[in-house]
Amino acid sequence: MRYRAGFALLIALAPACAGVALAFLPKPFLVLAPAAAYAACAIFLLGLPARLWRWTSSPVPFRIPTTCGQQRSLAWIPPARLDNPSTGLAAAARMLLEVLTFRSLLRNSRSRAGDGAVHTRDSLGLWLAAILFHWSLLIILLRHLRLFVQPVPAFVLTLQKLDAPFHTGAHPLYLSDLALLVALAYLLLRRLADPVVRYVSLLSDYLALWLLLGVGLTGVLMRYLVGVDVASIKQFAISLAVFSPVLPRNCGPWFFAHLFLACSLAAYIPFSKIAHMAGVWLSPTRNLANNNRAVRHINPWNAPVKTHTYAEWLEENKDKLKSAGIPQ
Amino acid sequence: MSSDLIQIEQRSPEGDWTATKPDFRKGTWCYSATPQNLTSLDLPNPRPWQPSDPDWKLPENWKQILLDGIKERLEKYRSFRLFMDLCVRCGACADKCHFYLGSGDPKNMPVLRAELLRSIYRRYFTASGRLFGELAGGRELTEDVVKEWFYYFYQCTECRRCSVYCPYGIDTAEITMIGRELLNLIGCNTNWVLDPASKCYRIGNHLGIPPHSLKDNIDFAADELEEITGVRVEVPIGKKGAEVLFVAPSADYFVTPHYYTLLGYLALFHEIGLDYTFSAYAGEGGNFGLFSSHELMKRLNAKIYDEAKRLKVKWILGGECGHMWRVINQYMDTMNGPADFLETPVSPVTGTRFDHVRSTKMLHIAEFSADLIHQGKVRLDPRRNDHWRVTYHDSCNPARAMGLLDEPRYVLRSSCNHFYEMPDSTIREHTFCCGSGSGLGTDENLEMRLRGGYPRAMAVKYVKERHDVNALACICAIDKAVLPPLLEYWAPGIEVAGVHELLGNALVLKGEKQRTTDLRGQPIQIAEEEPAHA
Ligand code: SF4
Ligand code: SF4
Repeated sequence: MRYRAGFALLIALAPACAGVALAFLPKPFLVLAPAAAYAACAIFLLGLPARLWRWTSSPVPFRIPTTCGQQRSLAWIPPARLDNPSTGLAAAARMLLEVLTFRSLLRNSRSRAGDGAVHTRDSLGLWLAAILFHWSLLIILLRHLRLFVQPVPAFVLTLQKLDAPFHTGAHPLYLSDLALLVALAYLLLRRLADPVVRYVSLLSDYLALWLLLGVGLTGVLMRYLVGVDVASIKQFAISLAVFSPVLPRNCGPWFFAHLFLACSLAAYIPFSKIAHMAGVWLSPTRNLANNNRAVRHINPWNAPVKTHTYAEWLEENKDKLKSAGIPQ
Repeated sequence: MSSDLIQIEQRSPEGDWTATKPDFRKGTWCYSATPQNLTSLDLPNPRPWQPSDPDWKLPENWKQILLDGIKERLEKYRSFRLFMDLCVRCGACADKCHFYLGSGDPKNMPVLRAELLRSIYRRYFTASGRLFGELAGGRELTEDVVKEWFYYFYQCTECRRCSVYCPYGIDTAEITMIGRELLNLIGCNTNWVLDPASKCYRIGNHLGIPPHSLKDNIDFAADELEEITGVRVEVPIGKKGAEVLFVAPSADYFVTPHYYTLLGYLALFHEIGLDYTFSAYAGEGGNFGLFSSHELMKRLNAKIYDEAKRLKVKWILGGECGHMWRVINQYMDTMNGPADFLETPVSPVTGTRFDHVRSTKMLHIAEFSADLIHQGKVRLDPRRNDHWRVTYHDSCNPARAMGLLDEPRYVLRSSCNHFYEMPDSTIREHTFCCGSGSGLGTDENLEMRLRGGYPRAMAVKYVKERHDVNALACICAIDKAVLPPLLEYWAPGIEVAGVHELLGNALVLKGEKQRTTDLRGQPIQIAEEEPAHA
């Protein structure tokens, strides 16, 4: 298993090569492009809810939030409203902020034990990379709407403007493109270079990163380095969106590589750890209020158990209670 | 640090973890549970065996039992199912575990501890694992895997520290709990968990002390308190119709230094005239069932409500214990409630209604005392603790499964003049475990305990060197048992005290004599002025 990263790269290269090849195959093969797009969408749109359904079909028998601050108890002790929520609303806020700002990673530190101490220092690299990656990906996805909707919605135009504050010439440099690639490179290098993370990494951990990098790199390539016929791509994208697909002519090999990589990624998500995008919301250590002693939580499978009853105990201890004068 | 101490060092892990096996060397594991203890609790597959034996005498169909057990738990616990799927192996949790820091063993990284079970889950319960096996991160379930589970699930104190840092809140303690339940199904248990559990179940306390001896001990404590303070206190046991049932971890009745905390409780209850009772049937608040299975936890915990009902008390007060409070705060009401035969606790002294426990009807003693002190209902003379320079250890469970952080600190600051916090990265929700929780605190496991307790000990050493701290206060019975040897080893010269022991030292009793010693019989010097706090 020493070659996990390499194996994963080979797997990720397959859709990229298939895409490039498509550009050189006879025209009828182009039908594979819309087919792949629809298939990937279908797998994603059905797969993710299926996964969610599977998770939610297991009940939450106990309310087990991890409390990360003072509880709400006495009126004069200020509680940590977010980190130890005492109401459902506060728990929702904790969850939302977790998803939007990765607060748990913000606590991260690095510790090393030895020489009669434990040396701990803050470590925000992972948080920074994670936040840059996720937010730029969201911005980039939203920017892609310009290809699917005509006229381009106003908020997309605004987003584009904000994303390229140093707009010069015909090819504005989007900060999100840059941030995405830098963050992905960091996450990949970290996985390869940090002995601890490398030790625990699975092939699938690399595969997710390679696919994302592939999508990102081919996208950036088309945008900044090789010219592509944006009008044709947009025509194809819109045709997909309105469910009357046309064949993607003049789109070029990089576009097909980009498309196939993106489709592979979308289809892979429901079966992979990337489904954490949905699962994180369900995490019972984060999305529940720590109010067990105020509001009873119900366990749907709570079943009676065998106990050692007072009557049984009394039977065994009657004499002892009597001699000690303990009331029965 | 002297060279004959255990060497703590961390090396980068290399190679492939699936190819390594645990080394059951002496000092790093706990003895198996005796067949008698399994029988007494009606647990499956009782037999004599030891983890160091090559043959563990597993039942013939052990593999099927385990796979069925996993399936059942995937269907019963969303936490388990999610935590099997969600981890992205980001490594944020890796160095948060005191056992990894102290042992350097990569399988003590929470992420890998969980992968021990997750790899089996993937192989048998996911399509990709069934199809691609090892490539998809799956692993065959073999006897070696069972041994590995045993070794590492009993090297996790279920402290939840890893869960604080995980972006998805993955709680390896939850996985360890499930892992131990699975081992339970094939009769692989440890004696240090099942022996106290069985004694609590049958007799009513973890040492198996019969009720008349319990009474002797408590009466003796009353005598001792009288000797120290000159005040005679009444201590009811099994009193019907008392207002409050008081449940403490049973170590408080029988062992030191817990015992000084008992003296503190008795003094406090007497001073405020609390109408309360101890119980011999439900005399144990600690719940070693938590360290074995959800079911056993429930069976032990049930006694508390049953006894409260029988004695017709109004509400329940709980003593200083860590995991007992995890059970009370996160499980009791759900498992054994509703406690509709009790009333919402109201302090008979201050009139405070403790609405935050209106369903469970069980209050933590630190919450109760902090309220008393805050309302000025007790007189404290903190100078009587001037011989102590105190720091406070947050026990894992009250910190990360409850958030009881400032109440005990308030009691301490009111009772002591010299109080110092350990570094921020080691207290409150970041607190480091004692290294011996969840039933690992046994002698044969000493090396691993000293390793696991190393981060905590180093933080204590830090305040000792910086502020001359000589007392570590805590609110956990396991802490009080295991921190003294831990500190003796890594940071000698520090005593371990209960919060209510220190409160008991400072508490001015009506009609008391001039105190010359604290509750543990050490001389104190009282200046002739008025008490500083009223
Ligand atoms: S922090 Fe959470 S997601 Fe990251 S490796 Fe640990 S358990 Fe997995
Ligand atoms: S719960 Fe505590 S002991 Fe267990 S893996 Fe997490 S940090 Fe380590």
